[in-house]
Amino acid sequence: MHTAIRRGCLAGGMILLLLAGGCRKEIPMIRSEVDYVTLPTSPERIEGFFLVNEGNMGSNKCTIDHFDARTGGYRRNIYPERNPGVVKELGDVGNDIGIHGDRLYVVVNCSNLVEVMDVYTAEHIGSLSIPNCRYIVFDGDRAYVSSYAGPVQIDPEARPGKVVEIDLERLAITREVVVGYQPEEMVITGGRLYVANSGGYRYPNYDRTVSVVDLATFEVVNTIDVAINLHRMELDRFGRIYVSSRGDYYGTGSDIYVIDSKSEQVIGRLGIAASEMCLDDDRLYTISTEWSYTTQSNEITYAVYDTASERILSRSFITDGTDERITLPYGLAVNPETKEIYVCDATNYVTPGYLYCFTPEGRFKWRVRTGDIPAHIAFSEEPFY
Amino acid sequence: MFDRLIRLFVWSAALAGAGVAAPAHAEGRLDSLQHVEEVVVTGRLVRREIIPVQELAGEELHRLGAHNVADALRYFSGVQIKDYGGVGGLKTVNIRSMGTNHVGVFYDGIELGNAQNGTVDLGRFSLDNMEAVTLYNGQKSAVFQPAKDFGSSGSIYLQTRTPHFDEGETHHLRATFRTGSFGVVNPALLWEQRLSERVSGSFSGEYLRSSGRYRFTYRMQEGYDTTAVRRNGDLDAVRVEGGLFGRVEQGYWRAKAYFYHSNRGYPGAVVRNKFSHEDRQWDTNFFTQGAFKKDFRPWYSLLVQGKYAYDYLHYLSDPTLDESTMYTDNRYHQQEIYLTAANRFVPFPWWELSLSADWQYNRLDADLRDFVYPRRQTMLAAAATALRFDRVELQASLLGTWVHDLTRGDEMSDKRKLTPAVFLTWRPFGGEEGFNLRAFYKRIFRMPTLNDLYYTFIGNVHLEPEFTTQYDVGATYARTFRHTWLRRLELQADVYYNEVENKIVATPTSNFFRWTMVNLGQVEIRGLDAAVQTDWLVGRDLTLAARLNYTYQRAQDFTDPSSEFYGGQIPYIPWHSGSAALNAVWWRWELSYSFIYTGERYSSSANIPYNYQLPWYTSDLSLARSWRLGRGGLKTTLEVNNLFDQQYEVVACYPMPGINFKFIVQYEF
Repeated sequence: MHTAIRRGCLAGGMILLLLAGGCRKEIPMIRSEVDYVTLPTSPERIEGFFLVNEGNMGSNKCTIDHFDARTGGYRRNIYPERNPGVVKELGDVGNDIGIHGDRLYVVVNCSNLVEVMDVYTAEHIGSLSIPNCRYIVFDGDRAYVSSYAGPVQIDPEARPGKVVEIDLERLAITREVVVGYQPEEMVITGGRLYVANSGGYRYPNYDRTVSVVDLATFEVVNTIDVAINLHRMELDRFGRIYVSSRGDYYGTGSDIYVIDSKSEQVIGRLGIAASEMCLDDDRLYTISTEWSYTTQSNEITYAVYDTASERILSRSFITDGTDERITLPYGLAVNPETKEIYVCDATNYVTPGYLYCFTPEGRFKWRVRTGDIPAHIAFSEEPFY
Repeated sequence: MFDRLIRLFVWSAALAGAGVAAPAHAEGRLDSLQHVEEVVVTGRLVRREIIPVQELAGEELHRLGAHNVADALRYFSGVQIKDYGGVGGLKTVNIRSMGTNHVGVFYDGIELGNAQNGTVDLGRFSLDNMEAVTLYNGQKSAVFQPAKDFGSSGSIYLQTRTPHFDEGETHHLRATFRTGSFGVVNPALLWEQRLSERVSGSFSGEYLRSSGRYRFTYRMQEGYDTTAVRRNGDLDAVRVEGGLFGRVEQGYWRAKAYFYHSNRGYPGAVVRNKFSHEDRQWDTNFFTQGAFKKDFRPWYSLLVQGKYAYDYLHYLSDPTLDESTMYTDNRYHQQEIYLTAANRFVPFPWWELSLSADWQYNRLDADLRDFVYPRRQTMLAAAATALRFDRVELQASLLGTWVHDLTRGDEMSDKRKLTPAVFLTWRPFGGEEGFNLRAFYKRIFRMPTLNDLYYTFIGNVHLEPEFTTQYDVGATYARTFRHTWLRRLELQADVYYNEVENKIVATPTSNFFRWTMVNLGQVEIRGLDAAVQTDWLVGRDLTLAARLNYTYQRAQDFTDPSSEFYGGQIPYIPWHSGSAALNAVWWRWELSYSFIYTGERYSSSANIPYNYQLPWYTSDLSLARSWRLGRGGLKTTLEVNNLFDQQYEVVACYPMPGINFKFIVQYEF
């Protein structure tokens, strides 16, 4: 009898053991972690910023970090623990971030969606599916998202992109307009939206235009011929649009072109190569990264252009030699209140990158580890809880 | 736009690196092996290998519940398989963490080339007509072989079945039908015919169709729990091969042709809001090869081999099916011609010398824009020697390689390299069995692939070859018992240190779309491979076999000393991994259980929680029964794989199947 029980227990135990072997641990929740990178401050306007790490394609590793100016704390990867119910977290390849009203928006390119969160908590409010979405801009109660995925043509290589209008109240797509090939960044002025078309899928027949969309009729009313492979856009207080051309990575180099939004004419070019561009007050900060086969390394240059005096102020805004430590600058932002300069270093793309903070004079202040491929920053005037 | 290029690229780049040890062979298997080796290799009856070797052959190979060669290789130590899931998903092998590009795969004695990306998808090679799968660290332990056989850091030999007729037999026929989960329909036929006293032929054909569908679950701690069906992993493939096998005085010749065609979905990564893909791929592979070997004199033998191969790949990404995708419709054509002659001289019974020379021509054509249409000529020459004494055996080889590329654009400068290997074994107590010590050193390289050099945008013609240096010390022990339950015991363990220098890695340039290849990486691998094999006979009718493998690897990335992650474990290499296979045969019944364990890993050399990958371990069970039926035998098998329905990933975002079933009926006479 006893033997039978013992055997039964033994058998039961073994079965349990085997079953336990089958039920592996659940995927561990990734908690955010905070580094205190600088002394606490008492900002008047800018409470902090959110940073999007793109993550490599197919890795679903897009994350957001938050910096709190009041505590000096940099918190990595805030999304999963605040949104445990969202399947597969933030998604695959973040491409842009924006704050409008009390909401935080992240454009997740390969997840084909715009994620909408509460700016105070980063809690999920909703999301909008937009195939191959790229960048976002806001105007009143509307947002505009550029997308590579316009209507498919008879010639599948000649597929234009589009700009999608979103009603922010209802979180619904209201209108769409077909623009040029592979549209990238946008600016809005005078009731018109200007979008830079890259044509990046069409090498070597890059697009070379800016499409002008009238926001009332939501139609393309003008197409401005600029230069090949357009990407970044900034608007100054004089109504001039700065648009960067990536060049073709071979003979034609990168440059920044200036469009007068009133005449919708190209009025000049700056002679500055730019892969990153950021405007603060009258200063246009740029970073250029160009691969040199001769040295088998990236050649990196930093510049500042004064949009009021229309001249180059500096060929290097990092003044203390810290730029030597930056492997691959990938994102650029300037704090509108403190004028501190932030440079994202994507390093080798497959390990976490770094965010560097410089004083307005270009001296190194602090550095912090980010997620993979840190790239886009949105400053927040709201506290984050 | 370059997303796709990068993706294809990362796929090819992703395929690289692992190592080994499995012991000598069970007596029961020797019959088939002897027979195989008689034709192909050295014909030694007892394999006191000087080089670490692991082999799965004959029935043992077919009892594993493996669908393909990649599945079978999981039972070797020192090997990491990257498996993107499903019947049609890419499966590549990495030996001792040196990288997929350092693995030479030989099919019936001649290397399967892929000059384009340097890797072979082992998931495509069926086990249906496979006689043996053998893995060597360093190189095959024979000096009498083509120069190319000296040219990889690790080699896998796939040996298909060779006809063998007993007295009075004129033909063999084997018909197999497999079906089960994933909508698998897999009929196969093998026919062997004796054509004359000295010549026989074989034909093998197979069709495989699978929907590739399976359920998978992601269950996050304190969070979401979602189940979905894997889509677009369907596969439709046909394989046909035929061979002629002839004997001549003191030698043999053989010729074969192989054809494979497949149409498959590319399942893609499972990411937020995108759980399925629509991309498709079509492949056609054809090769024909021949070999002739003859011992002209007691002291001189000649081996001549030749091959022609044609590989076609068509990749389609269609925005009318998936509106988020970039239109891609590319066709790649590869051709290869290979010729080799190897000469063996045996001046004394204890001294063997070999000289071999190979010539190879590769060309790659593609409808990519600005493609440079690379052609590559490779000349290889090898000198090797073996010294065999009573208790000591020494092998040494020197390989010279010369590579010349020709393109319509910039091209790589010519490369000339000389690389050595030395192998030593010592039997301190003599005898065929018992204790055996061994050691080896090998330095070898892999050429930059044609993709590395010439892929539009990404390629970099300034690349140098990527070198590996291996040091290995190991021991084996084998013993046969006559009167105990335990009939045979084999043990094998090796410790090793490997270096990979000038590792070719993709590095980002001005933006995310622009990557290029550079000689940047530096990896050091310290590892231990251990294996035990036992054979038992209980009573008169119950035979048992058990095989255990264990691997420890510390594979560290020492590329950038200024990096915070300097010295991190390289992606997807677990510190601990292992497998167990148990097999019982009683009368006409066979029961097999196998277990695979892969310990914790990281998906990046930044070994932080964010990149952590959970360990996974699966159990497979199979039960078979055979019957006599007329002149032949009928065998039915039921397999249950991933018995405990573990939800796991080998590669992040590529979920693997849970519990699945297979039913096999085979008739043979």
